[in-house]
Amino acid sequence: MSATSTRLGGRCLKLGDDVNTDEIIPGRYLRTIDPAELAPHALEPLGEDVQRRLRESRVVVAGRNFGGGSAREQAATCLIGAGVQAVVAVSFARTFFRNSINTALVAVECPPAVAAVEDGDELFVDAEAGTVEVGGERFPFPPYPPELRRILDAGGLIPSLARDLREGA
Amino acid sequence: MSTTARTFAEKLLSRASGREDARAGEIVTAEPDLYMSHTASWRCIKTLDRLPGWSLRHPDRIAMVMDHTAPARTAETAGYQALCRDFAAEHGIETFYDVDAGVSHVVLIENGHIKPGMLIIGTDSHSTIYGALGALGTGVGFSEVTAAWVTGTLWMRVPESIRIEVTGEIPPGLYPMDLMLKLIGDLTADGATYCSVEFHGDYVERLSVSERMTLCNLAMELGAKNGYVPPNEVTEAFLAEAGVEPGSYEVVLPDDGASYRRVVRVDCSDLTPQIACPHTVDNVRPIDDVAGTRLDQVFIGSCANAKYEDLVEAARYLRGRRVAPRVRLVITPGSANVMARAASDGTLATLIEAGGMVTNPGCGACAGDGGVMADGEVTLSTANRNYRGRMGSYHSEIYLSSPATAAASAVRGEIADPRELLPA
Repeated sequence: MSATSTRLGGRCLKLGDDVNTDEIIPGRYLRTIDPAELAPHALEPLGEDVQRRLRESRVVVAGRNFGGGSAREQAATCLIGAGVQAVVAVSFARTFFRNSINTALVAVECPPAVAAVEDGDELFVDAEAGTVEVGGERFPFPPYPPELRRILDAGGLIPSLARDLREGA
Repeated sequence: MSTTARTFAEKLLSRASGREDARAGEIVTAEPDLYMSHTASWRCIKTLDRLPGWSLRHPDRIAMVMDHTAPARTAETAGYQALCRDFAAEHGIETFYDVDAGVSHVVLIENGHIKPGMLIIGTDSHSTIYGALGALGTGVGFSEVTAAWVTGTLWMRVPESIRIEVTGEIPPGLYPMDLMLKLIGDLTADGATYCSVEFHGDYVERLSVSERMTLCNLAMELGAKNGYVPPNEVTEAFLAEAGVEPGSYEVVLPDDGASYRRVVRVDCSDLTPQIACPHTVDNVRPIDDVAGTRLDQVFIGSCANAKYEDLVEAARYLRGRRVAPRVRLVITPGSANVMARAASDGTLATLIEAGGMVTNPGCGACAGDGGVMADGEVTLSTANRNYRGRMGSYHSEIYLSSPATAAASAVRGEIADPRELLPA
């Protein structure tokens, strides 16, 4: 199984525009890099109701500029720890997008899918086909460049590099 | 327009990836000249455990600065810092600055580690600041720095560029922070996402390196990949002072006729003081809209606005005045060098006599390390972020301003226009 050859998804939590890294994982919790330890604090500043819905979700849907702010990699891994498989947004901040790819969290910019989905709906991402599926309707997104796909398929940047080192590449 | 003309980012990333002509939109494998890791250094070291048979490709390109929680307040943090200290000693990492040094960006710039034309990655989003010396600095995650330690390379997308041309004389009481807040308010927090932001124009050419640092630091709050000010004689003089040999770097300048996604022209001669309101940096208002907002705390610090010149400006507004009752003024110098300079010329004494609390250099309250707020409290800060909960309670508020506005507001106990307290 790899991130881009599998259909991922399920119930979604839908957020608005400009959800920043300090809201995704506050700086006070950066004492760990373990996704499982980070997960209980994911989205904590947004309140308990949002956190409860996050725990029931497999996909986070967001508006513009998701993950703006800090370069903290834990913004991606705290969501992975919470069981999130993909983030579908109108747009991502640059560092959040990089951190997602590098930790194998599927991050897709697909504005029409965001517009079509309601909080709590089911949403699926097929990175191989390049589609986001909402209620039977499929919305295309541009495929990942091969360099990024290679990282995603290996399970992230570090697993990809570990494989290269083992193979003596 | 020439089709061969290239932007700063296109030229620099072509050079750093060994490509003849890499263009915006292409993904390249680049070789950074410096890998900066700050407080996140321990995360990089622990990540090495997942890499079988790792070795460090270029230990001389590794720079570590222990800045965010310094000195340690918990045994856990102290342990992480000890891990970094031991790792640097064991692996011959000479560019290691301990908890006494200050904020990574300020420390590396003032100690001659940053030169024009370099490609620098850092575990901090405000690594865009290195553009103040004509380098390309950009923030990445800790796994990416770990990978670069081992491979010496990193995938990078060649960014499109935005050209910001600033002309005119900025009025008294106004500073680069006001200019940047105005731009961030106008262009929004994702106005330059994935882009290289080049600052040009006669106003920019006259700026000190300290002021250029504020521009390039705040470029991050436009979503930029990097900021850039073309090096000129101001840069050369600064580098000479920092002990950088003139022949040891190659200046990279954009070509005339290069292609920009957008050109923004600003005349700063009619700028007014600007304030970023809670809880986003692009929620910017002219000071008249928020003057009178009651404050519990004022913070003068951060990589954006706690350099020597910033403390001197703040002291000019505080000289012979007192911080208002019930207001806490926390001043955190950007580096030990900044603090020593400010101590030797009396700037620190002025700040302390006015009622300011001067802390050790570092990130301090900007990163929530000390100077945190209770429910319902309000801080005016010279830092670059005002996100909910960044300085304590999720039910507190952060406003952002220049050091001059912060100093004037500390005196008044409410957000105040520095032009009403202009020093003689």
